[in-house]
Amino acid sequence: MQLPQKFESWLRRDAAGLCCAPGGFHIDPVRAVPRAIITHGHSDHARAGHGAVLATRETIAVMKARLGPDCASTFQETRYGEPIEMNGVTVRLAPAGHILGSAQVVMDHGGRRAVVSGDYKRRSDPTCAPFELVRCDLFVTEATFGLPVFRHGTDDHEIGRLLTSVRTFADRTHLIGVYGLGKAQRVIALLRAFGYERPIWLHGALKSMCDLYAEAGVELGPLAMVADAEGKLPGEIVLCPPSALKDRWTRRLTEPLTAFASGWMRVRARARQRGVELPLIISDHCDWPELVQTIAESEAEEVWVTHGREDALVHQIGLMGKRGRALALLGYEEEEGE
Amino acid sequence: MKPFADLLDRLSYTPSRNAKLRLMQEYFRTTPDPDRGWGLAALTDGLPFSFPLRRTLGEMVARRVDPVLFSLSRDYVGDTAEAIALTWPDPEQASAAPRLSEIVSELALVDRNALADLLGTWLDKLDATERWALLKLLTGALRVGVSARLAKTAAAAMAGFEVEQVEEVWHGLAPPYEPLFAWIEGRAPKPDITDAPVFRPMMLSHALEDPDWAALDLSQFAAEWKWDGIRVQIAAKGGETFLYSRTGDAIQRSFPDVVDNFRFDAVLDGELLVMQEGQVASFNDLQQRLNRKSVSRRQMEKFPAHIRLYDALMIEHEDLRPRPFVERRAALERWHARVRPPRTDLSSLIEVASKDELQRLWASTRETGIEGIMLKRRDGPYIGGRPKGEWYKWKRAPLMLDCVLMYAQRGSGKRSSYYSDYTFGAWRDVPGGSRELVPVGKAYFGFTDAELLEIDRWVRHNTVESFGPVRAVAPGLVLEVAFDAVQKSTRHKSGVAMRFPRVHRIRWDKPAAEADRLESLIAMIEG
Repeated sequence: MQLPQKFESWLRRDAAGLCCAPGGFHIDPVRAVPRAIITHGHSDHARAGHGAVLATRETIAVMKARLGPDCASTFQETRYGEPIEMNGVTVRLAPAGHILGSAQVVMDHGGRRAVVSGDYKRRSDPTCAPFELVRCDLFVTEATFGLPVFRHGTDDHEIGRLLTSVRTFADRTHLIGVYGLGKAQRVIALLRAFGYERPIWLHGALKSMCDLYAEAGVELGPLAMVADAEGKLPGEIVLCPPSALKDRWTRRLTEPLTAFASGWMRVRARARQRGVELPLIISDHCDWPELVQTIAESEAEEVWVTHGREDALVHQIGLMGKRGRALALLGYEEEEGE
Repeated sequence: MKPFADLLDRLSYTPSRNAKLRLMQEYFRTTPDPDRGWGLAALTDGLPFSFPLRRTLGEMVARRVDPVLFSLSRDYVGDTAEAIALTWPDPEQASAAPRLSEIVSELALVDRNALADLLGTWLDKLDATERWALLKLLTGALRVGVSARLAKTAAAAMAGFEVEQVEEVWHGLAPPYEPLFAWIEGRAPKPDITDAPVFRPMMLSHALEDPDWAALDLSQFAAEWKWDGIRVQIAAKGGETFLYSRTGDAIQRSFPDVVDNFRFDAVLDGELLVMQEGQVASFNDLQQRLNRKSVSRRQMEKFPAHIRLYDALMIEHEDLRPRPFVERRAALERWHARVRPPRTDLSSLIEVASKDELQRLWASTRETGIEGIMLKRRDGPYIGGRPKGEWYKWKRAPLMLDCVLMYAQRGSGKRSSYYSDYTFGAWRDVPGGSRELVPVGKAYFGFTDAELLEIDRWVRHNTVESFGPVRAVAPGLVLEVAFDAVQKSTRHKSGVAMRFPRVHRIRWDKPAAEADRLESLIAMIEG
């Protein structure tokens, strides 16, 4: 039986976020710190102003593209699985399956192992490396969808609904709200996997990340910019950031039928608040069963919950006979809600 | 269950009428009998059962989901039935989910005590959307924004029929409506409903436009007052009486004070009114009686219902519809004098010598309960629908008020990127010598698409505060608002409610300070 203080002695929460004291670094800090490990490129995890940043090559590319080439003083690229010594803490990154380049941080110290998952998902995603299960003593998990109501269903089902709707309403534009990093490219790749070969039209804000994915070798097929369209795109599929769904920008489309691809769409009130006509439950986070499954498979005796609906997940962890703790980290879940 | 659940799911998120029609047609086209008929029943008159499930469901879910997790889930979702649908364990493997028709036929037979077990076995086989749909179905209220008429319109449109053709046979049929679909699909003749007290499509009028009036030969038309109630059709036979609204909804349950006294065999056309001491009460009073499943004695005493008859479609066994208006009217008068049904009278004809005289009457009448004048071609038959040149409604000129735009709200569907719903106000004094705007109404039509674009731009440039889809704007835009009447109201801050307000003109030229005052509106209250 471990003493409760065991992990707190080298991994703790401070004002900047989660800090590994002996290693001298933070993980996804919300304030500028001398040394940061960044799990993935979403803006609530990857912020500008740090001294040294350690991350995967893809995450560093995303950071430079979104935050500017000088968003940190120095960058250190690492490959998945490559061990790095940091003052007696052995660190390596493992794929998290969340978006391109996303990583879990695996730390070995004093014969004990902690894994900080970052944001992660278990189901297959053609645009990024699959989640790697790492057994550990302490597992630090997110809880974005940490309620039993969140069960995502299959991507096939959701893409099938979208394509059925495109056939039923062939005279309208299907406008899908997607987060620019990860979700946009995943939805495109899923459509391609379903045999959808027409050009997929993009809002200007989505271009740079799609280019970045394409350069990283993710097949996205023919993409076109709405700004270059000749007509009002009836019958076509258009992707835009969620904030543009109700914008005046949509007037250049034909009676747009608004869809939104997100795990939140499982809850009707959420979809209605956004005025979404076709909610698509496609998420880059674990749903509830996957969270529970991962916690069980990690074999960790202790589980910390960083952000999200932590009450329910901590309760569940207790039901599983493990020690759970809510870190209540602030500042996450801010990139347009997922 | 899957097709019906998917339909409800899509409908619940779809604001546009046309899109709803298309979704329903797709469902009727691709779903076999008898499932689609039960689907149609659920969307129209509802299924012939409902179960108080709140307690049962609570007990059932407690056996499957940890109570703490369920309680957190319910708080998050905000709706118990949806939380149950979402947290209920998914089937281990895809098993044969029950069909809608199977569910309906088992429910019709189930013993109340066995209901929980039956429901449990179904929920175990359904996915989340299907579970949600099943719970909605069982508790009676679908609330997916589809009226009975819209669902019938969708079914009718599959065959290129007008909805009236379906309405005409509707009350002679019962779920799952196989003969209806067979007729719609051209596989069988029109269902025979000759002897049933069913809804007959009503004859509707056109608004009288200036050229119509100029061309009108008054000798060929009969004139009547246009009453400010709701149009009803009384279909009575063998002691059974139906009261149908203009859209074919059966509403007799709300009006036992009139229909319970009817003992005759006829199909009549008239206006449902509230009458107090021999006078027609305001529409506001009538509204106290509408859309109620049950009606209290007190309401019936305070707001007694009455029917003012103006036409007869059938009397005893004779179908009068092919006969000219004057003959139907004469038959109605003879019949009414003989039968004398309580709580009814006849809408009298207006006798005038000239068009000038009629026009003076039209312009000068502002009596409560009168909305204008009806003109009906004397030799015209009774034709369901809105035939041209037969009946005209000549609504009295609307009231007008210059109001100031206060709030604008984004519309839905096609208008979702436009601020298209407007709340406007009138000035009133406040203690201390200054004055304020008080909201007096809301309108979302009466302007062209080009004007909408201009107002939208104005709203965006003059926003002082945003609340979700609503923007509060600086007082700077005057809307000339047309409305049919204004009544006292305790539900509105201003103390008054406009009837049927619409934007008449946009007064870009008029300073907001010169808009009308609340007192002017109050002075327009009738009665």
